[in-house]
Amino acid sequence: MKIIRTSTVTKAVSRLCIEANINLRKDVLAALKSACRRETNPRAKNFIRDIIKNASIAKRNNIAICQDTGLPVVFLEIGQGIQFTGVDLNKAVQKGIEAGYKKAGLRNSIVTDPVCRKGKQVFSPGIIHTDLVSGSRLKITVLPKGFGCENKSRLKMFNPTVDIAEIKEFIVAAVRDAGPDACPPYIVGVGIGGTADYACLLAKKALLKKVTSYELPVTSYESKLEKDLLKEINKLNIGPMGLGGKITALAVNIETQPTHIAGLPVAVNISCHALRSAAALL
Amino acid sequence: MKRIKTPLTREGIKNLKAGENVLLSGTIYTARDQAHKRFAEAIKKGAKLPFGLKGEVIYYCGPTNTPKGKVIGSCGPTTSSRMDKFTPALLKKGLTAMIGKGGRSEEVIKAVRKYGAVYFLAPAGCGALIAEKVKSAKIVAYKDLGPEAVRKLEVKDFPLVVGIDMKGASVYGKK
Repeated sequence: MKIIRTSTVTKAVSRLCIEANINLRKDVLAALKSACRRETNPRAKNFIRDIIKNASIAKRNNIAICQDTGLPVVFLEIGQGIQFTGVDLNKAVQKGIEAGYKKAGLRNSIVTDPVCRKGKQVFSPGIIHTDLVSGSRLKITVLPKGFGCENKSRLKMFNPTVDIAEIKEFIVAAVRDAGPDACPPYIVGVGIGGTADYACLLAKKALLKKVTSYELPVTSYESKLEKDLLKEINKLNIGPMGLGGKITALAVNIETQPTHIAGLPVAVNISCHALRSAAALL
Repeated sequence: MKRIKTPLTREGIKNLKAGENVLLSGTIYTARDQAHKRFAEAIKKGAKLPFGLKGEVIYYCGPTNTPKGKVIGSCGPTTSSRMDKFTPALLKKGLTAMIGKGGRSEEVIKAVRKYGAVYFLAPAGCGALIAEKVKSAKIVAYKDLGPEAVRKLEVKDFPLVVGIDMKGASVYGKK
């Protein structure tokens, strides 16, 4: 049994919120640099240079990469050998979000009443997803999700006998519909299987995977699907900033889960080029 | 690259063409979803708007909080299409330019042509880079809206692309 004080969790979440919002992920930066080399449209190339420059300005000036510092989504992988002490875990995470966002001058983008939209905008609550795992470690991952791209999410419940081409078209169409609006070049998260809700969660979790599908060799059916989809999406000519070009998406990341014999849920969660996340192990 | 200064005149923007790069300097006002809703309510009631729209520029932006010692935090554009339903009424009142990201509705394109305005695209997702172009920032209305309050910004050489020109041509082509 390992004891973790939840005040430690608060501190870690606070630090991760700042880290994620100010320092662009290394794999995303590498993908952007590769995209800049591969892009042939001069305007698109210039815009990717601006994105890279933006990331370095954010780091240097210690300010957010993007003004939409997102709705913080926190993933907790909780080793079953952990016992928490202190305030409850949910409170500890929310306190961490508030502290981090406040400290770094990040944006209070949350409205408490989603329907009437009254009251002051605040920093929390973030969304918490937990997984129970073996061992006695706690992995915390913070993904601040901007809403320009979150608004482009899609879910479809397919028949189990569906042709794969139809699934591909659904995913490509989600990107086509997002068009220039959600800050391309995108990273496309796809969740396949499980239930309706779980497919959506998988699509978001897919964004936590390394952004590498543009360069990795095909090793599985999923990785082939990722490559094929990326190729199709990059034919859309949406391009960086939506002004045309080869690079409409930096990568397609797929997560799968066993599902029911009667169905096949497929969810798409698009990320803007500023895909931000940070993780820590306690 | 073309340089333009606020306040804008129809004469000054009539030669701008969709797809062209420009550098904008002068005064612009931030306003996004909730501020637009309030503008629409004010217009409906015949009440005064927080600033005169003639010749002015609205920037669809809700910046982060301002870090210590900085003029403004990260301040890139938000998705313009959410403001589409409010836009024709503002253009009718003399609003001359908008800055945002992404496409606009047919109604907005028509109104841009009808009233002689222009829609610019700002480098989307580059809020840290844009912050360096902002020389001053001040809340001038709807302070209770927090990040969505209306701010008066002084900008220098804000890099933009003409998204929709006065003739109604769009950089994204026909829908």
